Amino acid sequence: MENNSLEKPLILEERPPKTTPVNAALTFAWRALLRIRYIPEQLFDVTAFPIIFLLMFTYLFGGAISGSTGEYLNFVLPGILVMTVSMITMYTGLDLNKDIEKGVFDRFRSLPIWQPAVLVGALLVDVVRYSLASTIMITLGYILGFRAEAGFIGVILAVLVILFFSFSLSWVWTILGIIVRSEKALMAISMMLLFPLTFLSSVFVDPSTMPNWLQRFVEINPITFVVDASRGLIHGYDVTSELLTITYISLGLIAVFGTLTMYFFRNKE
Amino acid sequence: MNQSNRTYAVEADQLVKAFGKERAVDGISLKVPKGIVYGFLRPNGAGKTTMIRMLATLLKPTEGQATVMGHDLIKEADEVRRSISLTGQFASVDEELSGRENLVFIGRLVGFSRKEAKERADDLLAAFNLQHAAKRQVKKYSGGMRRRIDIAASIVISPELLFLDKPTAGLDPRSRNEVWDIIRALVRKGTTVFLTTQYLEEADQLADLIGVIDRGVLIAEGTSEELKSSIGIRSLIIEFENEKDLDETASIFTKMFTQAPEVDRTHLSLSVTMKDQSKAAKAIG
Ligand SMILES: Nc1ncnc2c1ncn2[C@@H]1O[C@H](COP(=O)(O)OP(=O)(O)O)[C@@H](O)[C@H]1O
Ligand SMILES: [Mg+2]
Repeated sequence: MENNSLEKPLILEERPPKTTPVNAALTFAWRALLRIRYIPEQLFDVTAFPIIFLLMFTYLFGGAISGSTGEYLNFVLPGILVMTVSMITMYTGLDLNKDIEKGVFDRFRSLPIWQPAVLVGALLVDVVRYSLASTIMITLGYILGFRAEAGFIGVILAVLVILFFSFSLSWVWTILGIIVRSEKALMAISMMLLFPLTFLSSVFVDPSTMPNWLQRFVEINPITFVVDASRGLIHGYDVTSELLTITYISLGLIAVFGTLTMYFFRNKE
Repeated sequence: MNQSNRTYAVEADQLVKAFGKERAVDGISLKVPKGIVYGFLRPNGAGKTTMIRMLATLLKPTEGQATVMGHDLIKEADEVRRSISLTGQFASVDEELSGRENLVFIGRLVGFSRKEAKERADDLLAAFNLQHAAKRQVKKYSGGMRRRIDIAASIVISPELLFLDKPTAGLDPRSRNEVWDIIRALVRKGTTVFLTTQYLEEADQLADLIGVIDRGVLIAEGTSEELKSSIGIRSLIIEFENEKDLDETASIFTKMFTQAPEVDRTHLSLSVTMKDQSKAAKAIG
């Protein structure tokens, strides 16, 4: 190493102005996109899950529950869409956990930037991932014979509602990603929360066919509201009250878990 | 701003960090003058990383206070972050991205335009002899290249104070010398460097002021010369080629000092603290 070439760039007299929070978040989003280019397997969950889930549940339950798979597909697709995207939100926490474990998180936290940008940037890219999963599932659905009564607009609206809810739900996983020490434990906890939440809902069957005690849980499960709202938007019936409830739940999730996330983020030991 | 703010990069007053019951840092006070290399010396588990993470605003002190580059560590954390940079003990860049992408990414984060960030990245890659690996993923770098890109990432905007946690651990002698050259050049240009090391030789070579830290307490401080001549903390660290030699020497030392030396198997090194000068001379000889 020659000393002259080494010394010149070492010290930079000028200091750039501090980045805006939006720029910082977008830069973190850019990093997440670059990572996907190097590790395309990262997209496995958003491509394979929708396909496997849709095929599996349509043909497994279709005959038994609705008598025909075609009719069941129209009923179940909005539900499986909600379930799949909700499941995928868990990877937000896993990615964050990996950054922390590797040590690169320390660098981010010692930079003079708007600190939440690390998380917001990651969540922005996750919303892109959720959209990809939704697109794949809906396309496959149409190929298999799914038809939306309310047309394409209804589908788009439903996807937007699902994205909004999933973004809010992600903040639950960011907390866990920060405080849980090992990736395995994090995976286990996430599954333990997600399985009951997604299955004990109106995703697969009409809650009126369930025993009373179960109905009571299903009726207050946030996933049920999102599923019902999506079904309504896609097939064209009024779901104003569900939409309102989802708005309250989502804003509540962001307020509570977003705040807690920032607290744990700042005080990470 | 008072006088001391202008002279000291770090002024810590009785800093404590407790993890549950364990006090990883147990009341450390120190002053680091600007423009020097300060070295924390000690084997693993002494509290070096914890101390550095506190000073870099990553951990909140349980007790005590400190100023870093004249800014209060707690009340002015943002200003502190603007004047420092940290190269952590482990990965401090994204291993999945290429070296250049990492530097551009950090350049963008600290406020450069896309063009400026790319120019800065290329300058640093050239200076650190990494142009040939600019487009390679960092996880495919050798140990020495890793450390160089870690440090390059820390000086994308020049910090006034640079923390380096074990900058040469696990490096071969040639890569280690390259990192030493970089550190010396930075200091010549006016950067204050605060590093940790478990090698006496490294502290001796680089640090103007050495702090010996043990179980969270600063047990001695001084220049390399002062420490070498003071009785009671003749600390000796020996590196080995293989584990067999390490084990043999460890058992000899245990017999001589009636206390087992600290053995570090990952780095094949062993360290002893010798209270008795004559025995120490015999052991080394
Ligand atoms: N996040 C943490 N939680 C609990 N204990 C910790 C944590 N970080 C460090 N420690 C403990 O603090 C002590 C000092 O560790 P550290 O500062 O890493 O020492 P060094 O860098 O000198 O090897 C060790 O006993 C370690 O187990
Ligand atoms: Mg350490």
